[in-house]
Amino acid sequence: MPEITYLEAIRQALWEEMDQNEQVFLLGEDIGTYGGAFKITKGFLEKFGEDRVIDTPLSESGFVGAAIGAALMGMRPVVEMQFADFISCAFDQIVNMAAKHHYRLREPVPLVIRAPYGGRLHAGPFHSQCPEAWFIHSPGLKVVAPATPYDAKGLLKASIRDPNPVIYFEHKYLYRHAKGEVPPEDYIVPLGQADVKRAGADISLITYGAMVQQAFQAADQMSEQGVEVELVDVRTLYPLDTDTILTSVKKTGKVLIVHEAPQVCGIGAEIAAVIAEDVFRYLDAPVVRLTAPHTPVPFSPPLEDYYLPNATKIVAKLTDLASY
Amino acid sequence: MTIEVVMPQMGQSVAEGTVIQWFKQEGEPVEQDEALLTINTDKIDVEIPSPGGGILTRVLVQAGETVPVLTPLAYIEARETDRRRTVSPSPAPHGRAGPIPEEGARLHSPAVLELAERHGLTPSELQEIPGTGRDGRVTKKDLLAYIEQREKVAVPRAGEEIIPFTPMRRAIAEHMVRSKQTSPHATAIIEADMTSIAQFREREKAAFAERWGCPLTFMPFITQATVRALKKYPWLNAWVDSDRIVLKQEINIGIAVALADGLIVPVLKGAEALSLSEIAQRSDDLTRRAREKHLMPTEVQGGTFTLNNLGVSGILLATPIIVQPQAATLGIGAVARRPIVVGNVVTIRSMTYLCLSFDHRVIDGAMAGQFLQEIKAGLEGFDPTRK
Repeated sequence: MPEITYLEAIRQALWEEMDQNEQVFLLGEDIGTYGGAFKITKGFLEKFGEDRVIDTPLSESGFVGAAIGAALMGMRPVVEMQFADFISCAFDQIVNMAAKHHYRLREPVPLVIRAPYGGRLHAGPFHSQCPEAWFIHSPGLKVVAPATPYDAKGLLKASIRDPNPVIYFEHKYLYRHAKGEVPPEDYIVPLGQADVKRAGADISLITYGAMVQQAFQAADQMSEQGVEVELVDVRTLYPLDTDTILTSVKKTGKVLIVHEAPQVCGIGAEIAAVIAEDVFRYLDAPVVRLTAPHTPVPFSPPLEDYYLPNATKIVAKLTDLASY
Repeated sequence: MTIEVVMPQMGQSVAEGTVIQWFKQEGEPVEQDEALLTINTDKIDVEIPSPGGGILTRVLVQAGETVPVLTPLAYIEARETDRRRTVSPSPAPHGRAGPIPEEGARLHSPAVLELAERHGLTPSELQEIPGTGRDGRVTKKDLLAYIEQREKVAVPRAGEEIIPFTPMRRAIAEHMVRSKQTSPHATAIIEADMTSIAQFREREKAAFAERWGCPLTFMPFITQATVRALKKYPWLNAWVDSDRIVLKQEINIGIAVALADGLIVPVLKGAEALSLSEIAQRSDDLTRRAREKHLMPTEVQGGTFTLNNLGVSGILLATPIIVQPQAATLGIGAVARRPIVVGNVVTIRSMTYLCLSFDHRVIDGAMAGQFLQEIKAGLEGFDPTRK
């Protein structure tokens, strides 16, 4: 099986879906001639033409609104937010229009918003945020955040084929830092299913996105010390696959939840609450979270390194949990 | 909404159960309260009703497999999808021993308490396990290692045979130890003259059996006399809750039944409202089904006072052990014809010994004596000419 990057996996998913289904089209800033800020849509304009690869002005609310209108008319728009940070400009369109339309009028909104998010690229507070919690909290949206090229391709295809609005968070650091095998044939990764990326009996490490890489490194280090970590990649943040999470916690009795977004009211809080409610009697230690602090993402590289969770910090938390 | 069907906790100290038969296959619809499966525990065979309506999506434990209580057996996808919920097929038995209480400065995690309860560890046993966690905390791993060690079958030496405890034996053993550790037992014994009842029984037993479909033994008479005495001395019909005594208004008489491989105590509920013939019929039904292992879980729960028929084994006197958390238990010796002095004459009477073991924390000898006198008076005052 060929090994490709996370970026290439997303590009392939877009290309194949557009190739198979004429209703699929793209909107976003600089996605046409320029090929996208991260070069994901390079060559798309030449292949699919300017009717299906639409360069938009700098107007998030406008082009997300246009995409919702197109979705209601039977199209399958895929919007690119150049940086997830700017998704807030389209917040009303997403949480009030796209998310609620089916509830109000029984008309589906098959819309995908690709949101490149996350830090580690030293891009400062406006180009490094992890805003997934804003959307998890809003009923009517599905929210995905893949960690590997395989999942990135399969989840994007599933998102485009889904009749609901999906916010697809793709981690910028992973674009060129994640490589993996991706089968050449058509496949999807179903939305709403977590994946046990590594089995272990001692501690459940629950995470997603770029933290999965860090978690793997940490789990390997712990294994050398005789502590077997079970790594659960939630993959879809809403709907959350609580069955897989709870099954793992029942097995291990100890939990570490890791995410790059700030801690307060993040998805980690929801996961911790579900565990406390449903499998309290299986817990052998307090549920622990490791996240970014409640501050903007620093611009300075050493400060950003200090701010972000990483394998070393994960190992420290795991060691603490193992000895509890 | 996914409903989890779990192996129910049948009695206070039952540790595991075996799935006998599934009435539904995966993919089949099932209604709430419809019979879903039969299980056998170390105490009884019982049909488990479905905890909710929906589709039986997954069967996790197949017929023939034995699993600990509270193990998930199957999932039902319910029709409503509004919220997550976990449902146990039977409500937690009233008065069931909860998680083992934390003692001293040593705190235990929920997982440790759950495992300790499931494996029938006593609180003092739990206190003694060496902990490798922070500040000597007992971790789940410590406990699992301890349980594994405990359950390893010892290697017999020459001239020995080693028989591991059955789950029922372990449950009984744990309960006996816990009861003796919990309640300081004292036993008071009194003699009762059963001659009038014996005469009545001799005369009426054929007609009784024909009319009510069950034999007329001494037990219904003793049960009735005990119930009347419990009404007068409600402290004997009580549950002891650490430093409180909970007087029970309903009188539920546990009747100890010996089985080939142990002992079970079905409960005659609401005994204060039953006539002699009803007591005879219902006790006969409960004892028969106890021997056939066909009792329902609710039929072994909620006892407030227990009777032990020692006579069936030919025993004259014994010191029975209290069923926790009850306050007392009465053992009834064999009814035997003996020469005794009545007035100035030695005569032959049908006599029995009534042996009351009571929790001396809450009941004193004087009250035990008055209670026994009340039962004795009830038995000896029986009118043999009554119809």
